[in-house]
Amino acid sequence: MYKLYTAILKELRIMLRDKAALAVMFLMPVLLVVVITSIQNSSLKMINDNTVPMLVCNRDGGENSLQFIEALRKIGMFDLQKADSSLTDKQLTDSMHVHDALIAVVVPQGFSSALKSKSQNITGKALTEFGMAVNTPQDSSTDVKETPAISMFYNPVLQESFRLSVNGALKSAQQFTENRAVLQALYLSMSNKKLPDSLEQQILNNKSVINQIPTAKDGSRKIPNATQHNVPAWTIFAMFFIVVSLSTNVVKEKISGSFIRLKTLPTSFVLNLAAKQITYIVVTLAQVLVIFSLGILLFPHIDLPKLVLPENLGSLFLVSLACGWCAVSYGVLIGVYAKSMEQAIGFGAVSVVILAAIGGIVVPSFAMPESLHLLMKISPLHWCMEAYNGLFLESGLAENVLFSLLPILAIIAAMQLAAVAGLKKQRLI
Amino acid sequence: MESAAIQISNLNFQYTENSGVVFKDFNLSIAVGERFGLLGPNGAGKTTLMNLMTGVLHAKSGKIKLLGKEISEDKEVKKLFGFVPQFHSFYQELSPAENLEFFGAWAGLNRTEIKERTKELLSALGLSYVADKPVSKFSGGMKNRVNLAIGVIHRPKILFLDEPTTGVDVQTRHAIVDYLKELNKAGTTLIYTSHHLTEAESLCTKVALIDEGKIIAQNDLQTLLQEHKQDGLEGLFLNLTGRSYRDS
Repeated sequence: MYKLYTAILKELRIMLRDKAALAVMFLMPVLLVVVITSIQNSSLKMINDNTVPMLVCNRDGGENSLQFIEALRKIGMFDLQKADSSLTDKQLTDSMHVHDALIAVVVPQGFSSALKSKSQNITGKALTEFGMAVNTPQDSSTDVKETPAISMFYNPVLQESFRLSVNGALKSAQQFTENRAVLQALYLSMSNKKLPDSLEQQILNNKSVINQIPTAKDGSRKIPNATQHNVPAWTIFAMFFIVVSLSTNVVKEKISGSFIRLKTLPTSFVLNLAAKQITYIVVTLAQVLVIFSLGILLFPHIDLPKLVLPENLGSLFLVSLACGWCAVSYGVLIGVYAKSMEQAIGFGAVSVVILAAIGGIVVPSFAMPESLHLLMKISPLHWCMEAYNGLFLESGLAENVLFSLLPILAIIAAMQLAAVAGLKKQRLI
Repeated sequence: MESAAIQISNLNFQYTENSGVVFKDFNLSIAVGERFGLLGPNGAGKTTLMNLMTGVLHAKSGKIKLLGKEISEDKEVKKLFGFVPQFHSFYQELSPAENLEFFGAWAGLNRTEIKERTKELLSALGLSYVADKPVSKFSGGMKNRVNLAIGVIHRPKILFLDEPTTGVDVQTRHAIVDYLKELNKAGTTLIYTSHHLTEAESLCTKVALIDEGKIIAQNDLQTLLQEHKQDGLEGLFLNLTGRSYRDS
C-alpha cells in the first residue's frame, strides 16, 4: 500500500504543479458549461417562453384577410407587427431586419374575394347535394377563383423544425378562416340571416384539449432544459479533455526513461498505471463535483435553470466513475501510442473535440443527422452521454443505468488492453 | 559466497526477427567487487547489454545471472542491483527528496529507511541545500547526482551505470567518480559504460572492449595496456576498434 500511496502522491504533486493543465481541467469546462448553457437557454427561452416577432403585410385588406390575421394572433406564437400594405417584397424583407422579425407574412390582394368565392361555391354544392339549392348567392357552376397563396419570408437562421411549426400555424389560421367563411355562407343561404357571433363561436372554437405530459422511465414528469443537457454534457467533455494532461504525462515518463527505470525496480509496473489512473479518476470526479455544484448553486443566480440531480445519487456516482475511468483509459491509450508530447496534445485535443461533436455533446444526439447516427456509436463520449441522459432526462432506474454502463465498460476494457499491448510492443512492460 | 557478480552464458539477442543479431553466443563474467568498464564505440551494444543485464530487455536464449540468481521478473533479483540510466530518468517537477521518496518506496524501502537514506545521500552528493527544490531548475551536474542517488537508494550490491557523467563539469565528474569509488569500497560491484576514457581509466579496475556485439579485449586495465603496447585507454581503444566513423 505504501508503494501505491507514494505513486499517487507523485502523480498528485506533478499535476498540482502544472497550473496550465489545472486550468484546462477545471477552468475551461466551467467557462464552457456557463457560456454554452446561457446561449442554448436563451434560444430555448425565445422559442418556448416568448412570442416570435412576425411582420404582417396585408395587401388584401378585406374581411377574410383580417379574420386570418386575427386567427394568427390567437394562436399565441407570434408577436404580430403590422407592415405597410404598399411595401414591395424587397422593402418588406428589409423591414424584417429593422424590426428584428424572423418571419414576415404577406396576405395577397384578392385573398378575401377568392375565399368568399370559394366558400360560396362550396355552400352551393353542399345545398345542391341536400336538394336545398335555394337562395345561393352564386351559382355553383360559376368558375371559382383560386385562393392566392400566402407568402412567408423567413430568416435563414430559423431552424427547420421551427419553420415547419410556423408553416403549420399559418395553415391552421388559413383553415380557420376558410371554415368560418363557408359556415357564414351556408348559414346565410339557409336562413337569409347573418350567422350570430355566439353560434359562430360555439361552432368554430374547438374546446377539446390535448394533454401534454412528459414521462420518464421512473414515471416522473421532469421537463428537460438546457442545464439538464449541458451540465452533464460538458462535464463529460471536461473529463475527456484530461487526455491532454494525462497523455503528455505518460509520454514524458516514456521519453525521460522513467518507465525503463521503474521496470528495473522490484515493483509491478501495473501499480504505476493503477496509481496514474486512480489519481486522474479522482480528478474527473472532482470535475463532476465542481461543474455540478455550479449547476446547482451558481446557475439560479445567473438566470439559468438550476440543475436538478437525479434522485438516485448512487447511480450518479457509478455513472460518473465509469465515465471518468473511460476518459482516463483514453488518455493512457493516447499516451502509450504517441511518440512525442506534441503528438499527444495535438491528437488528444482534436480527437476529443471530434468525438464530442459526433457523440452528442455539442448537439443532442436526437438532433443529429441520420448519417451520423452510426458514427456516433464509436464515440465513447456518446455512451457516457447516454448514461447521464438516462439519469438526468429520463430519471433512469438503477437497472437501466447498469445496462447503460455495459458499453462504457466494454470500451474501457478494449482501451486498457490496447494500452497494455502498446506498452508490451514498446518493451516498456 | 558467490564469486561472480554477473555471469552471462551463451546469450543471443536481436531486437526483432527482421533486425540484425546484436549478440550471438555472448559470454561474460564479472567478479564481485569489480569496478568493471564496458567500453566500445557507438552501436557496439553496450546499452543493449546493460538493458539485458538489468532485465529491461529479454534475451532470446542464454542465461544472465546476478549473484547466482537468474535475471527475471523475480522481485528478489531486482533488489540486488541498482540502475543509473544515461538520461535523467526521474520526475523533473519533483524535488530530489520527493523523487527519492517515490523510487525508494518502489525499491522496497519503508518510510523510515527512505528518510534516513535521503538525508545521507543528499548530503554525500552535495544536494542537501536543494532537497526540496524542483529538479527542473537544477543544472545538468546536479541532475546527474540526483540520477545517481536514486540508483543507489536501496544500497544495491551491483550498480549499473550507463554514462553517468555525460554533460557534467569537471568538478561534478570528480565528485561522482569519488563517490562511486567509495561505494565500491563498501562492497558494491560497479558495471560502468562511458565514452569518457580518461574517467574510465581512473575508475575501472577491469575493462572489456566491446564492438559489434563481441568482446574484443577483456582484462584488468594495466595488463591490457601492456599486452597492446599502449600507454593509455584511448590509444588502446583506437587500436582495437579502428578510426572509421560509427554512425549507427
